[in-house]
Amino acid sequence: MDRRHFLKGAASLGLGASLLPYLKVLPASAATSETAVVVFGGTINSLDIHRSGTNRDSYQVAINCYDRLVTFGTKTLDDGSLSYDYDNVQPELAESWEISGDGTVMTFFLRKGATFWDGKPVTAHDVKWSFDRSVSLGGFPTVQMKAGRLESPEQFEVVDEHTFRITLPFSSKLALPDLATPIPVVINSEVARAHATEADPWATEYLHRNPAGSGAYKVARWDAGQQLVYERNEDWKGGALPGYQRVILREVPSQATRRALLERGSITAAHNIPNKDAKELASRPDIQVVSSPIENCIYCLCPNLDFEPFKDKRVRQAIAWAVPYERIFEQAAYGLGVPTWGGSKTVDDIAWPRRSPYSTNLDKARALLAETGYKDGFTVPLSFNLSHADWAEPAALLIQQSLAQIGIEVTIEKIPGANWRTIALVEKRLPLHLENFGGWLNTPDYYFYWAYIKGNLFNSSNYNNAEMAKLVDDTLDMAMDHPQYAPNVKRMIELAQEDVPRIPLWQPTLNVALTNGANGYQFWFHRQMDIRSLKPA
Amino acid sequence: MTSMTPGSTVASATAPTRPRSSYWSHLKYVMSENPVTGLAFGLFALIILAALFGPYLVPHDPLATGVGAALQPPSLAHWFGTDHLGRDVFSRVVVATRLDLLISVSAVAISFVVGSVIGSLAGYFGGWTDRITGRLVDTIMAFPLFVLAMGIVAAAGNTVENIVYATAIINLPFYARMARAEVSIRRNVGYVQAARLSGNSELRVLFGHIFPNIMPPMMVQISLNMGWAILNAAGLSFIGLGVQPPSPEWGIMVAEGANFIISGEWWLVIFPGLALMLAVFTFNLIGDGLRDLVDPQRRT
Amino acid sequence: MSLALKARKVGLRLLEAIPTVIGILVVCFLLTRALPGDPAAYFAGPMADAESIEQVRRNLGLDQPLPVQFVNYVTDLLTGNLGMAISTGQPVVAELATRLPASLELTLGALLLSFLIAVPLGVMAATRPNTWVDHLCRFLVTAGVSLPTFFTGLALMYIFYYLLGWAPAPMGRIDMMYLPPETVTGFYTIDTLIAGDWETFRAAIAQMALPLITLALFTLAPIARMTRAAMLQTLGSEFVRTARAAGLNGRRVLVTYAFRNALLPVVTTLGMVFSFLLGANVLVEKVFAWPGIGSFAVEALVVSDYAAVQGFVLSMALLFVLLNLLIDVIYTLIDPRVGEES
Repeated sequence: MDRRHFLKGAASLGLGASLLPYLKVLPASAATSETAVVVFGGTINSLDIHRSGTNRDSYQVAINCYDRLVTFGTKTLDDGSLSYDYDNVQPELAESWEISGDGTVMTFFLRKGATFWDGKPVTAHDVKWSFDRSVSLGGFPTVQMKAGRLESPEQFEVVDEHTFRITLPFSSKLALPDLATPIPVVINSEVARAHATEADPWATEYLHRNPAGSGAYKVARWDAGQQLVYERNEDWKGGALPGYQRVILREVPSQATRRALLERGSITAAHNIPNKDAKELASRPDIQVVSSPIENCIYCLCPNLDFEPFKDKRVRQAIAWAVPYERIFEQAAYGLGVPTWGGSKTVDDIAWPRRSPYSTNLDKARALLAETGYKDGFTVPLSFNLSHADWAEPAALLIQQSLAQIGIEVTIEKIPGANWRTIALVEKRLPLHLENFGGWLNTPDYYFYWAYIKGNLFNSSNYNNAEMAKLVDDTLDMAMDHPQYAPNVKRMIELAQEDVPRIPLWQPTLNVALTNGANGYQFWFHRQMDIRSLKPA
Repeated sequence: MTSMTPGSTVASATAPTRPRSSYWSHLKYVMSENPVTGLAFGLFALIILAALFGPYLVPHDPLATGVGAALQPPSLAHWFGTDHLGRDVFSRVVVATRLDLLISVSAVAISFVVGSVIGSLAGYFGGWTDRITGRLVDTIMAFPLFVLAMGIVAAAGNTVENIVYATAIINLPFYARMARAEVSIRRNVGYVQAARLSGNSELRVLFGHIFPNIMPPMMVQISLNMGWAILNAAGLSFIGLGVQPPSPEWGIMVAEGANFIISGEWWLVIFPGLALMLAVFTFNLIGDGLRDLVDPQRRT
Repeated sequence: MSLALKARKVGLRLLEAIPTVIGILVVCFLLTRALPGDPAAYFAGPMADAESIEQVRRNLGLDQPLPVQFVNYVTDLLTGNLGMAISTGQPVVAELATRLPASLELTLGALLLSFLIAVPLGVMAATRPNTWVDHLCRFLVTAGVSLPTFFTGLALMYIFYYLLGWAPAPMGRIDMMYLPPETVTGFYTIDTLIAGDWETFRAAIAQMALPLITLALFTLAPIARMTRAAMLQTLGSEFVRTARAAGLNGRRVLVTYAFRNALLPVVTTLGMVFSFLLGANVLVEKVFAWPGIGSFAVEALVVSDYAAVQGFVLSMALLFVLLNLLIDVIYTLIDPRVGEES
């Protein structure tokens, strides 16, 4: 039974009491091109991105319902698909901005006439309140703000109703892009304050359920664990009016069910479909599959340097030579993604992710291993996150089989989600594991910062190299056109390839399928569905 | 099968003077009267054979990836096709028998022995024994069983042993409650009174005279539980808490294969599914057969 | 046995439930705390550093020693506060209020459907033991229980939704073009009937059909087999033979004597079947995107969401205690043998 049919039925009912209330105001004939149904496998657990405990899937509410000061532009990739453009920062709530000569003062001029959903104009006070909130609440928003060198409320200043100023401790190339991430949203501070209490000064309880933004979509209905219904904000000033009047976001946990819905055309789009489905559905004329390589993200095999065999660089290199890259790419990634093996040993540019100098060569692997004390191999468990089983399990099995050929006996261990974060990332005590870190801000040094610096969350290999630490420290805030930038990044890449604390397997893709002629999907670094750009046939 | 042991004890307990040959003739009689049971015993023998010798007979290493191209439909080279890693499905299905049998037999054996002893004592002695064990059983029963199994496996880690323990624990109340109910209605019937009067100790009366008579309904329970134990492991696999890969196990194969139904790779789920179904089927039918065999009333 | 004696027995049985409830509280608290993983680290988000994880831990009250956490938990419980389910961002009480009816509707519906089919099947098989009717019954119900529910669910969905297009899209309790009925019982089928809204009733039934059949297939076997076994036993018993010998007609013996006595073990089985059904629900809910309590619990368990797991387990536990009480009471009332000597 497709939606079209159902809506016809609904129309013939004379729009009775049983229908969604907003259907009543619409001519039934326009409904299919006005309403989109998007399914995904996760769940929305909060409408407030700053709240502690808000999960990744919920970030899309911040994207679709709130505005930021700035956003990224759009670029068309080689395959014709659309992607955000990291190098092109565009206005959203801020009409324009100025950055002082030393790069430490950023002044934003707000769009006049932009209003929140309740009609209240967006002012610099709202921006200040919202930014204060994100650096004060702790947890993820505070960490992400810190990445852009935004750490305390003193840095945010209201110049006048429509002028907002940020003062940075030092110039950083990450500051402006960080304002375009989902975190620094602008909240209607009057509404929020009215619901704040002494115990809850930032109105987390209220905003958790009741978004108060100025964004392109309002939340018409939220049935936790089932669906979220977006309704277009006709007065949106942050960009071109979105294509769909209403978007129903349904949670469908079974991946087979999602595929069935897609093939039957019961929905408009399915977000984040498995590679296998993406590959097989790509040939169907009625389904458009967009597979975008995820920027700054690499699926890696990580030997942990705290464990004996892997303290020796040659053992890590031996493993890097023993990984069956081609087969993993074919059977775990179904050929979707960007290969990251078999590159040259010399680093000529700073492209990232890039091909590592390693490829499958068991003789080299054996020779390297023979130089160490592990000539006869050793036994090691290989762990992966249960939620990543779709790619990690086949990859792990293929790695297991290949390593057996150089004498390394691997046992496989699946670890459930909550456990994974603790063991792999916080305590960092998995000897050998598969990891999927990707950085939101698209510069190589940002990736190295999170994944190659001792103590940082995604350095689950416990890699510790003073030169790398110094390089990252010097480079992280450095402008990308600084003469020292490219040489520094090159050196980081050389170190990473020589020491291989993370063995790159491939750069993954984010797959989205559209049916019923829907188009305009755009890839974002945050990997959430930005429904604002979707358009009906 | 472990439940054979109490079954045959019963036969000799209820009819101690009967010669051994009569036992076999009765078996033959049961078989001929119920051909389905005969079939079930045949299948059971097949399953045992597969569990014992399967690993030596299969054409391919069940763990080896790439023995054929990935996701090939059944052919002469690969009778049941190949999976997404190019593993031979036939070899995996056959080799999985051993692990599945191990899980179900040990889980059911543990819960039967522990559960029925607890239940019998509670039903026979009543009073505090009954109250304490009753509360214990109620506490276990108070949890939705599958979720309890999930909790145990999630907390203890997903190894084969933990799956066995979890399955045993969630099945325990069934035996306990049933044994208690059955014993309590029998503890003062005529033949028990007689046994007690003739000087048998309480425990002897309970396990020598009452227990054999509660076997028939228990047998039905065992036969069902054997299947449930496998299904339970399969369910755990479906939500990702099953045995660790790459061990071939029917449940995990069905669970993984289920994702391939919509995309048309039916052989990944049908064959392990059939094996699973056949095994559960066999256990159930065997249960019936055993029931006929040990039921004292039907033997007269 | 006198009625007063039975009433006293029932009263005692009610009292006996209290330690069970206390036991459940302790076990469920300890079980959640035994879950591996650090919820604070999980909920602090993908980029959290040690400091923000600590902050989340404080917010969750997980920095307190275990006994203090337990006391807090029980105190909150007494005020009707089950805490927040972090994984869904809702108060646990609210989650239970919307999800429990969804699961119960499915479970009870399946139980009813299966009872209506299985009991006649079981009686039929028992009255004609070892005929083709018996064998066929055995074959059918055993086939039903021999396949994992998630497989049956997916297969039914493949055939009736994907291939034939008869069933509606498996996306929850009601098609998204309908508004859920006003909540009275929380059961959509009943609520739509109360509202007199046939169109929505039909839509709700249509969404329920496949999961209901899936679950019912799974539970045919225990009920049918227990009915058959119990019937066989009572049919072979002295009193039935006596009744037959006394010349009572077959039908009357079957219904009044055999069936009534055979109901005892069947009633005991129902409680167990109900428990199994709720377990199977977890898997079926996942396949059909059913917003029930089972799928909620699985998610909560995977992310070690203590409050959610505790709330879920507690409500289930109380439900079962009630159910078992009910079964025991029924048992006491309908079984003339229980408690004669007390």
